[in-house]
Parts: sequence; structure tokens; C-alpha cells
Amino acid sequence: MDVLELKGIERTYRTGTVEVKALRGVDLTVAEAEFLAIMGPSGSGKSTLMNILGCLDSPTAGQYLLNGRDVATLKRGQLAQIRNETLGFVFQAFHLLPRTTASENVELPLLYRDERLSWKQIRDRAREALEVVGLGDRLHHTPTELSGGQKQRVAIARALVTKPRVLLADEPTGNLDTRTSLEIIELIQRLNDEGLTILMVTHEPEIARFAERVVILRDGLLRSDRRRTPLRAADHLADWSEESEDAMDEALGDRMNTEITPPVEVGP
Amino acid sequence: MKISAVPYVALKALRRNTMRTLLTALGIIIGVGAVITMVGLGQGAGAEVEEQVNRLGQNVILVFPGERQLGGVSIGGGSANTLTVGDAIALREEIPEVVAASPEVRSQRVLVYGNRNWATPVYGQSHDYLQIRDWPIEDGRMFTEEEVGRAALVTVIGQTVVQELFEGSDPIGETVRVRGLPLEVIGVLAPKGMSLMGSVQDDLAIVPYTTGFQRISGRSHAMVINVQVYNEESMDIARAKITDLLRERHRLAPNQDNDFTIQTQEEVAQVATETSRVMTWLLASIASIALFVGGIGIMNVMLVSVTERTREVGLRLAVGAKGPDVLLQFLIEAVILCLLGGLGGILVGVVATEVIASYAGWPALFSIEAMVVAVGVSAAVGVFFGFYPAWKASRLDPIIALRRE
Ligand SMILES: Nc1ncnc2c1ncn2[C@@H]1O[C@H](COP(=O)(O)OP(=O)(O)OP(=O)(O)O)[C@@H](O)[C@H]1O
Ligand SMILES: [Mg+2]
Repeated sequence: MDVLELKGIERTYRTGTVEVKALRGVDLTVAEAEFLAIMGPSGSGKSTLMNILGCLDSPTAGQYLLNGRDVATLKRGQLAQIRNETLGFVFQAFHLLPRTTASENVELPLLYRDERLSWKQIRDRAREALEVVGLGDRLHHTPTELSGGQKQRVAIARALVTKPRVLLADEPTGNLDTRTSLEIIELIQRLNDEGLTILMVTHEPEIARFAERVVILRDGLLRSDRRRTPLRAADHLADWSEESEDAMDEALGDRMNTEITPPVEVGP
Repeated sequence: MKISAVPYVALKALRRNTMRTLLTALGIIIGVGAVITMVGLGQGAGAEVEEQVNRLGQNVILVFPGERQLGGVSIGGGSANTLTVGDAIALREEIPEVVAASPEVRSQRVLVYGNRNWATPVYGQSHDYLQIRDWPIEDGRMFTEEEVGRAALVTVIGQTVVQELFEGSDPIGETVRVRGLPLEVIGVLAPKGMSLMGSVQDDLAIVPYTTGFQRISGRSHAMVINVQVYNEESMDIARAKITDLLRERHRLAPNQDNDFTIQTQEEVAQVATETSRVMTWLLASIASIALFVGGIGIMNVMLVSVTERTREVGLRLAVGAKGPDVLLQFLIEAVILCLLGGLGGILVGVVATEVIASYAGWPALFSIEAMVVAVGVSAAVGVFFGFYPAWKASRLDPIIALRRE
């Protein structure tokens, strides 16, 4: 079954008299439990597309069907409910609430649930989500006390805490080192195996290799749509850690050698 | 949305922006505090004026020499020489409603006791003057009609004079000198406190008018005649009779104006109350300026954070908040802020009023209307500028609100 269906989606930005056509007729169909990577050069309209998919922005033309329903016909309240329950969104710029702890940032979507959750359930679910992204020890840190990668992971935890059916992630590994990126991709693959539909923007081909389907956006149009057997992040993670341990050993050995060399005394 | 999450989120937002919260609350505190203090002081002063007018005595009519406009109350400023001691005696004896009449003369004189001296107003009055003023004797006695008749050299002095000349020792029976004239102190007046104009009412000496007129002030005419009427109902008739009697005694033709002015205690009170009402309004307008300035402060603080608030709204909408959820949060936030600020302002205003009023010796009065208006105005400003940007943001697409700079 198709979860998302885009037909001739266009988005034109107007800044004064200048018009920017960020999307110029995008057709895309995403099936349930698919893992799709969206690639493309900077400025090609990837974020614009994600915002429309996330019901955060409306297209200037075209039709967007979400679970078979035309989004354009939905009221603001219904859209809010969809954003809360069906979709999880990871922003390219994180958008965490300032001066608010990681845990409270992650709790946020749960506060706006219609479903009745106790305060304890809300706390526990926020903590679980943060543990899943490896931030179980940073629950009470505010955004300024977190590194770029940690902020990104808080943003991912916030998107996952509602247990959405579709995860929309705009460059979720953009600020992460290779190892942490692999961990995040491994997590995403695991969720995908459990049936979560995933759309992920990335500009790194190595990361895109982990998706089963890759589309390329250029100048507001889809230019390529390929499927192939994805790599498994879990395997890479296992390899990577052995390699890194070897590398670490070598580095340590080198340093020990230099330290053993006695310093040369220089006379006056 | 979870209901208990609304105040939770609002309080979190207030704590997150501690500085904004404090500055806004401060704006409200200043505005509300100023209004309450100013209006409270104005009303306290008004009540004090009324109290003092009442202390003039019961059912009192003042007769001034010369024709004057109502409202030109200048106590003791006898510009014309038209009232005589005989007029006062005639008023008391020929008008049944008049129970007491005291021809008053006043002059500033130096009182000498031993090697100390003290300048004080010396009043010539009749024996029933204290009855008119409703002014009790604390120690000793008032002079009698017989002593007035023979121009006895006796005096009754106020508290200030006791302190200055006798340094607290018992003055009864002692002799003070005025212009070489020896006066025996026979009584001390009960303390009366400050007058409306801030002068000490206890700084005076009273002598029989017979002594006061010729021997102390050198005047022949009364500066004012203090008249007491039998009861309140007789005030109008007494007034008419006084007018007729004085016109007759002064031989005024029907086409001639009065050469004296009659003022009742109520008319004096009216003028005084009017004055204090003007003062209250004056203070209230100063207070509204303070309120206005406080309001601008609140507005400023709120506007500075509009971008941040817009983004916050955008984010909340993006994670699934509905418009009304967000608005409710911001409304509650503004209401909590205004309530706290309002309470703080009331507290500050009440304390300030109490302190200032106790210094000025006025009663501290509080007007509920002033509190309601002050809290209402600052709350309106706070709610409007706290809520309006959030309301505007909640109508945008989430992504547009998030991108606001
Ligand atoms: N709010 C906006 N107003 C005007 N133009 C915009 C706006 N947002 C994006 N654009 C323009 O639309 C085009 C697509 O922008 P978009 O953010 O979708 O690119 P992107 O593919 O996500 O790029 P990047 O990889 O750098 O994130 C760009 O040319 C950009 O300048
Ligand atoms: Mg982008």
C-alpha cells in the first residue's frame, strides 16, 4: 500500500519581485515500510520537498495524498494531529527549544497527544527515546550544553518518541562523525525492519547506500529513481569498531615510542 | 492536549525566560504600585481634610469682616474693621439659636518665661471658645466669663508652648510675660496635631479677648467671630438671623452689600474637600503616567522576544500542537505573569502608602477601584503584547513561523 503519493507538486517562493521555483512538478510514490533516500545538490529543493511531505508547508500546485487522503482538503487541526501521530520530522536545523532540557524537548510532542498519557508515561517514553539514540546520560542537558551531533540526536529522539508511521529526516547525519552516523543509520534500519516508512535526505552517497531506494532531485525535479539491495549498517558498525581499535592501538604505540626516546639536552 | 500540560508548559515558558518574566512583572509592579500609592495618599489626605474640618467643632459658623467670595478662606485675615466685640455679644444674647460667640483677635508675640522665650500666636477669645472648637483642656482650667469681664491676666497654652518654655515641667500657676505683661498660666490644651497647611495647631496661647484686644494686639476690631449654633437644624435660621442682626447693627441700607461674610463649617469643608479632590486627581494623573510607562516597559520586553516566540509557536505546531493549544498556553502564561505582577504591585503600593501616610500623619486609604483599574490596564497590556505575536504565529504555516528571524 502506498503511504505517500505526490502528483505534480510545485512550490514557488516569492521574495519581493523575485520568484524561486524550488519544486517544479515532483511525482513520487512511497510504499509502506520503504526506506527512501533523497539526494541532490544544495538548493535543489530537498528541504522544500520534505516540509511539504511533513505537512509543515503547502505546495503551490499539485496533489499530495497521505494514506490515500488529499492533504489539501484537511483542516488545520487534522493536519496537527497527523504531524503529531503519523509523522516524525527531523529538521535540518534541529529546532530544539532553547533553555529547555533534552528530556523536555523530547516530551514536547507527547504533551499534544489526544491519547491520555500519565506524566510518568510521558517521562519514561522521553527517556527511552533518548536512550535509543544513545543520550541516556544527557537527559537534563540544555541545547547549549550539547554538541551538534547530540542536538541532532535529540531531534531524532523527538521525532521517534511518538512512534510515528513515517519518519521524515532532513539530513539526520549531517553533523555526525562516521561512527555516530552509522549508529543512527543502524537505528533507522532497525525501525525500518519493524515497518516504519522512512524518507531521509542526505548528500552523502555512502549514507545513501544504506537505503533500498534512492531518488535524486535536481533543480526542483526528480531526475533518477533507483532501487538496489542496501548495505546493512550493523555489519559496518561491527567491522568499523575492530578497525578503529587497531588504529587506536597503533596510535598509542607510536606515542609510547616517542616518549621512550630520551630528550636531547641542548647546551648553551 | 493534556489539560495539566497547559499550566505546566506555561510555567516552563516563564521560567525559561526568567529575564523577560522579571522585567515584565517589574513593569506591572511599578504601574500598579504607583497607582495604588498615589490614589491612596490622595484619598488619605482627603479623609484627613474632612477630619480636620470636623475638628473645627460642631455646628460652627464663622463671621468674617468685609465682603469676600466664597472659597476665599483665609482664616484670621481680617482685612476690614467692621466686626466689634459688641457684635459678638449681641449675637450671643439676642439670637436664641446661638449658644456661644467668641470675637477673635490674633497677633504673633514673644512669650518670656525665666530666661527662655518663644514666639507664638496669641489669641484673644471668649470663655466659651473651647466649647465651640470642641477642644478639651488637658490640665488646669479655661478662664471664666468673669475673668473675661475684668480682663484678667491669665492664659491657656498649647502643648508646643509648654515644651518650648517649660521643657515639660508643670506650667500651671507659673507666670509668662508678653510685652512686659505678666500672664498666669491657668490651663494646658489637649494636643491637636498638624493642621491642613502643615502648621502645628498646638503652638498657641489663648487669653481673654478683653486682654487680647487692647493690651496685647492693640486692635479694636475682631478678625473673626466664632459662633456656635444650638443644633444642625438651626444653622440656616441662625445664619439668617445673624445676617439681619449685623446689618441692623452696622446700619446698612437695603441696597448696601453686607460688610461681613458668613461661612458655615460645611462651606469651609466644601472648599477643603474640593481642594483634596483636585489633589487626588493630580496624583492619579501622575500615577497614570507611571502606569503608562510601566505598560511601555512591558510592551518593549514582550516585543523583543517576538521572534523567539514565533519560532517557539512554529515548533510546537510542527510537533502537532493545535492552534488553540498554543494560544491557551500563551494566554495562561500572560495571565500568570499579570497576576503575579499585579499582586506584587498591590503589595508594594500598600506598603508604600502605609509608610508615606504614617510619615505624613494621614490615614492610609486604599481604593479597590484603583487596584482593579491598575491591574486591569497592565494585565491588558501584558496579555496583548504577550499573546498577540503568539496568536499571529499560530495562524502561519509551521515552517514559516519556524523560519522567522
Ligand atoms: N523561504 C524561502 N524563501 C525563498 N526562497 C527559498 C526559501 N526556502 C528555500 N528557498 C529556495 O528554494 C531553493 C530550494 O531550497 P531548499 O532549502 O529546499 O534546498 P535544499 O535542497 O534543502 O538545500 P541544502 O542541501 O543546502 O539543504 C533554494 O534555491 C532556496 O534558495
Ligand atoms: Mg536542505
